[in-house]
Amino acid sequence: MQKKRYVLKFPPQSGDQPFSYHLVKDFDIRINILRAEVWPGKTGSLVLELEGTTTNLKNGIAYLQENQVSCEPLNKKITWDNARCISCGNCTAVCFAGALQMDPEKWELQFDPEKCIVCELCVPACPLNLFKIDFRE
Amino acid sequence: MAIQKTYEEINEKIRRGEAVVLTAEEVSQMALTCTPEEIAEKVDVVTTATFGAMCSSGAIVNFGHANPPIRMEKIRLNGVPAYEGLAAVDTYIGATACDPENPKYGGAHVIQDLVDGKDIELEAWGKGTDCYPRKHIKTVINKETVNEMILFNPRNAYQNYPVAVNSTSQMKYTYMGSLLPNMRNATYSTSGELSPLLNDPEMKTIGIGTRIFLGGTQGFVVWPGTQFNTSKPKNEFGIPVGNSATLAVMGNLKEMSSEFLQAAYYEKYGVSLFVGIGIPIPVLNADIAKNVSIRNEQIETTVCDYGVEGSPALGRVNYAELRSGEIEVQGKKIRTAPVSSLSKARKIAEILKQSILAGEFEISKPVQMFPTNTSLKSLKEVKGGTE
Repeated sequence: MQKKRYVLKFPPQSGDQPFSYHLVKDFDIRINILRAEVWPGKTGSLVLELEGTTTNLKNGIAYLQENQVSCEPLNKKITWDNARCISCGNCTAVCFAGALQMDPEKWELQFDPEKCIVCELCVPACPLNLFKIDFRE
Repeated sequence: MAIQKTYEEINEKIRRGEAVVLTAEEVSQMALTCTPEEIAEKVDVVTTATFGAMCSSGAIVNFGHANPPIRMEKIRLNGVPAYEGLAAVDTYIGATACDPENPKYGGAHVIQDLVDGKDIELEAWGKGTDCYPRKHIKTVINKETVNEMILFNPRNAYQNYPVAVNSTSQMKYTYMGSLLPNMRNATYSTSGELSPLLNDPEMKTIGIGTRIFLGGTQGFVVWPGTQFNTSKPKNEFGIPVGNSATLAVMGNLKEMSSEFLQAAYYEKYGVSLFVGIGIPIPVLNADIAKNVSIRNEQIETTVCDYGVEGSPALGRVNYAELRSGEIEVQGKKIRTAPVSSLSKARKIAEILKQSILAGEFEISKPVQMFPTNTSLKSLKEVKGGTE
């Protein structure tokens, strides 16, 4: 069994289809919806945690892609300019998911994209503007 | 006999490469097994440091005269307003200055761009005088073209600072970071046991003329900082439990590095400047040795509610608790986060330590000590002004 987070993007014509039902029913994938923005007639974005066997995950993602739903690992959608980070800690103040934490020994910022729920609070909280989250576009 | 060293004796050891130098964190560990007398005997200098956003910062710049010359009476640097009331071609660019149309790029960014050697657009206007006939100039300056650029920060390195929480139901955007509603986070500044003025709470060695590490080069303490307050309540270890003393510091901006001088923008607050400061404390006697041995659990500060007018105090916590990731305030457990960089502060303390060990940085005896018994005035609103 594997657990991984993905960002799904729906084209306008796919907004009315029950993709999550099929992921559960046809591919035996356990889904956890972390974030959803669906605009009928326009586009939609979903952040999902998918849990299943390697084969089922692979087939489930292939099914989504066949239906014009893009499905990319969450960590590819977030960028953090690590080289410029001063480890001030401001972003950790707002990160409830625990994705951004200070290393308790070195006091340097640690970012674990697997824990991110794309709440985007870190984006304005960073005084150096080092986070870019590509959730909608 | 009790140990008593002089500044000159310590400098003599620095020159000979024999001085024993520790960071404030190292000496705090040493103090777990050594008495102040033993520390005073073994250790010569202790390095302290901080790297936090310090809004009361800025730079003096002299542009040089153009031909024909202009008496600059309105000045913009990359669109950011700079002070126009300093002779013809001198200015002071404050870190928090900004053009309201472009609030995310301010004086601190201009200062960092100058340090980084980038070109800055200078535009200035004057009314035109007999000796300064020109009325307008638009050109490009950088660190090589200006005569002087001097960092002069009127209030830096606060001795302690409150912890910020927000009891309201709305998010509050402050210079202490984004404060979540219902006290769901608490933010703290200062580098605790590594912080300069917390290691010399009565300022027995830090005063006017103290040579320091400033923004990557050597600078000086030039005056007590503004809002210098020695009347705050102290805890049993002599530590003021809120923001108290401050430092005015100065140094050659041309020699500084953006590794230790970093512009910042706080959401719905504005621009500020992270400043790296390191201060060496000479261990002249056991009394000073005791002060530099202070540990995080002995340094307390006040938790203040930034959501409510007047930021009322809600309780008191220590830095060991703050760094554990959770504090308890009025029976409620609150997650903590720092807003100043301890990793950068440690780097500065280490650089300063290595420069002293290498004989490149000598300690200096203050030419004048700071005042005592100072307190703060608030701004009274007088009806009708001076009418």
